[in-house]
Amino acid sequence: MSQVYAPRGSSYALETAGAWLLGALWVLPLVYAFWTAFHPAEFSTRFVLSAPLTLENFVKAWAAAPFARYFLNTIVLVTMILAAQLVVVTLAAYAFARFEFPGRKVLFALVLVQLMIMPDVLIVENYQTMALLGLKDTIVAIGLPYMASAFGIFLLRQTFKTVPRELDEAARIEGCTPLQVLWKVYVPLARPVYLAYALVSVSFHWNNFLWPLIVTNSVESRPLTVGLQVFSAGDQGIDWSIITAATLLTTAPLLVAFLLFQRQFVQSFMRAGIR
Amino acid sequence: MTRTTQWLYGWLLLLPAAALLALFTHYPAVATLWHSFFSTPKGSRAAVFVGLDNYRQLGEDPIFWQALANNLWFAAGTIPASIALALLMAVWVNGRIAGRGFLRLAYFTPTILPMIAVANIWVFFYTPEYGLLEQVLGAFGAGSHNWLGSKSTALACLMVVTVWKEAGFFMIFYLASLQSMSPNLAEAAAIEGASRGYFFRRVTFPLLMPTTLFVLVNAVINAFRLVDHIVVMTRGGPDNATALLLYYIYEIGFRFWDSAYAAALTMVLLAILGVVALAQFWFLERRVHYQ
Repeated sequence: MSQVYAPRGSSYALETAGAWLLGALWVLPLVYAFWTAFHPAEFSTRFVLSAPLTLENFVKAWAAAPFARYFLNTIVLVTMILAAQLVVVTLAAYAFARFEFPGRKVLFALVLVQLMIMPDVLIVENYQTMALLGLKDTIVAIGLPYMASAFGIFLLRQTFKTVPRELDEAARIEGCTPLQVLWKVYVPLARPVYLAYALVSVSFHWNNFLWPLIVTNSVESRPLTVGLQVFSAGDQGIDWSIITAATLLTTAPLLVAFLLFQRQFVQSFMRAGIR
Repeated sequence: MTRTTQWLYGWLLLLPAAALLALFTHYPAVATLWHSFFSTPKGSRAAVFVGLDNYRQLGEDPIFWQALANNLWFAAGTIPASIALALLMAVWVNGRIAGRGFLRLAYFTPTILPMIAVANIWVFFYTPEYGLLEQVLGAFGAGSHNWLGSKSTALACLMVVTVWKEAGFFMIFYLASLQSMSPNLAEAAAIEGASRGYFFRRVTFPLLMPTTLFVLVNAVINAFRLVDHIVVMTRGGPDNATALLLYYIYEIGFRFWDSAYAAALTMVLLAILGVVALAQFWFLERRVHYQ
């Protein structure tokens, strides 16, 4: 809202108080988690300022489960998915944005189906497909259903359509093949959109849980989210300090990245939303 | 480039995406329908055609009806609340409020954290006697209550977590629309003597309609798609009070391994999502003049 309608006087004070109260409520669970994770167990529910700080909960959590392996699995997973998505999505978006071929409209509608029916709800059949392909309990199986992303195709198609045709034609006159045009003209111009898409994709797959839970059942293929669940539902009793430490551990890379690149994150999510 | 090469290029460029989508979206959707008419193969016994038996079972299954009812309550509780909060947050952090940067950060942070991880934190938050909620309420003299363990409050507790997780995500889209709005509108309205509330109701809110629609569709899909927190916090309990549709599908399909019945249940979910898609198209047709 513009300045004319900015709140003034008492209403400004009231709204600021409201905004801060909501903000406090929103960070409260996270602050609470930090408190529990960085203090000895006996202080996990007692809030006194003299409580000593400790890293022991993190050390114990790290030793109690193969988190190093889970980290590796998640990193392999998100990298693999993103790499595959970038190739698949770029090619498809280019086809929809700049080529005339029979069936284009129908095919585009068929792509958009995935916006509604995401792989998350087709778990039963996709599990059977993975069993058939002999891919059960592999990292590839976690990623495969997400590699052709309707959202990505849509986003890039919109971007490619804004590229002036003159640039395209000029490159062709220079003797570029369509793939060279894509690589030299379209991809560089869409760089901010790629960044936006990459951030959204990485945070989505870093956090994804239900499908990986179903399709994996060994330490070698489990991503962090599933590893964390196996760990906290396991039989180490309810030691909240260690569980919260493990929780913060698994979210740390995303959280740190987010705090460092706040602006890019927020802008990326915005850009991804405006279609 | 000749027409045939255009065709060839189009199809070839599309091939990888089409193959992947066909294999992991279109085929499973159709296979779900097909398999819902058969029995679950067990051991050496192959699946046999059973017609509508799975659907008949579904009609008589009280847990299915409860999961469906739970899911509708869950949607009715989380969607309006998270959209309203998102709008409020966006208006606040778009204005010149003190600590705007911090507030944006605070509202948005839950979005990038894994649901599975924050659910762990929230379980602790809700723990009877020791949890933060109990301590705060206890300070006001309230008695102890098992928030996640009692049928009357468990689903509401999950709704709170969902709203907390989603509102900041939706805020971003409202914020983007608000920022693209011309300040001239407000100036013109002010000259005409419109009050702040009137301006919001008659100008800002209608202009945000496309965003609201986009957010609404996402919220509806999420209400039927997101069950991570249930796995961590309640496992559908107590007494199925927090079983949502997808969670029930997961239980039937991967705890009881009854894939045929799970297929019938999935068809219900697909039907709901199909209705959402149709409603969206119908709505877009009538609202295009805002774009």
